[in-house]
Amino acid sequence: MAADSADKDEGWGAAIRDGISAAWPICAGYIAIGLAFGAIARNTGLRPLEIGLMSLIVYAGSAQFIATAMLGAGAGLLSIVLTTFSINLRHVLMSSSLSLHLRNLRGGWLTIFAYGVTDESFALNMGRFREGNWEWRRALVVNHVTNLTWIVSTVTGSIGGQYIPTGAYGMDYALVAMFISLLVFQLRGLVHIIVALSSGVLAVIISLWIPGNGHILIASFLAASAGLYLQRKRVPPAGKGEIP
Amino acid sequence: MNTETITVIVAMGIVTYIPRWLPLFFLSRRRLPHWLVLWLDFIPAAILSALVLPAIVTAGTPRQLEWNRLELWVTIPTLIFALHTRSLAGTVMFGMALYWLAPAFSP
Repeated sequence: MAADSADKDEGWGAAIRDGISAAWPICAGYIAIGLAFGAIARNTGLRPLEIGLMSLIVYAGSAQFIATAMLGAGAGLLSIVLTTFSINLRHVLMSSSLSLHLRNLRGGWLTIFAYGVTDESFALNMGRFREGNWEWRRALVVNHVTNLTWIVSTVTGSIGGQYIPTGAYGMDYALVAMFISLLVFQLRGLVHIIVALSSGVLAVIISLWIPGNGHILIASFLAASAGLYLQRKRVPPAGKGEIP
Repeated sequence: MNTETITVIVAMGIVTYIPRWLPLFFLSRRRLPHWLVLWLDFIPAAILSALVLPAIVTAGTPRQLEWNRLELWVTIPTLIFALHTRSLAGTVMFGMALYWLAPAFSP
């Protein structure tokens, strides 16, 4: 288990430096999406302060987009909250997976860490943990530097969104490029490749059926389970202790 | 500020935070069965693929398959670049540059 690497005894200075320099692809993507979100949310009637508060308290891009549209359409509290919950339920899988690398971290730190778990910070931190040379402080810095970027970008977009050119420098593509690169890091054998392919294809099929984000959770759950089944068929479970 | 909006935002925050917090808090201090560790090991690859593929081949609401998208055509060389270099920073810059410049070269 790579879990013990969480206790590398280094200070916050190095963690902040490494965390920030790792987080830039996420920040580039968040600036692009955040400016757009701020401008759109302003158009549906939210004030800059409310937009900033939403980015601070909720901190989940797609849920914020959908909730804002629902608010603008006059939807009720319950339907917005249930939609948000279903969109963000996928984080259960990410936090479960991250827990492998945050063994025995104090509860208070976990509570602060959990707040910053997003698709992007999860992907980046898991890639870094997998490579080694990464620990909870650096991961925590990634979570919160990206959150700060998100808050500032959404508020900026809400104040002056119409004056900011969107799509500059291909920033809209930054997150997809980052996901592709991190996906490549995760393909460590035939079973992982099969899991990734089947998860992607399943996600496309399910996404055509159901609106929102449920396809990510359902496809990942099914594909990882298929991977576990395949792995066990290839390597009988008895006596095999460590993951590769 | 509008109290109704604030109530919605706080409620959204609570239901978003719980799924982020529960597994971290409870799983990180338990001995996990071997099958669960193996299963969780597949989760990053599964999630990343489930995030990327729909984003590049579907569009619209309700979503529909759409093959002729800039995202898809930029993703193919970006994926090849990532496989060859295994560099995160390089791949992100390569992908951004292609996405930015490609429209200028398309007929």
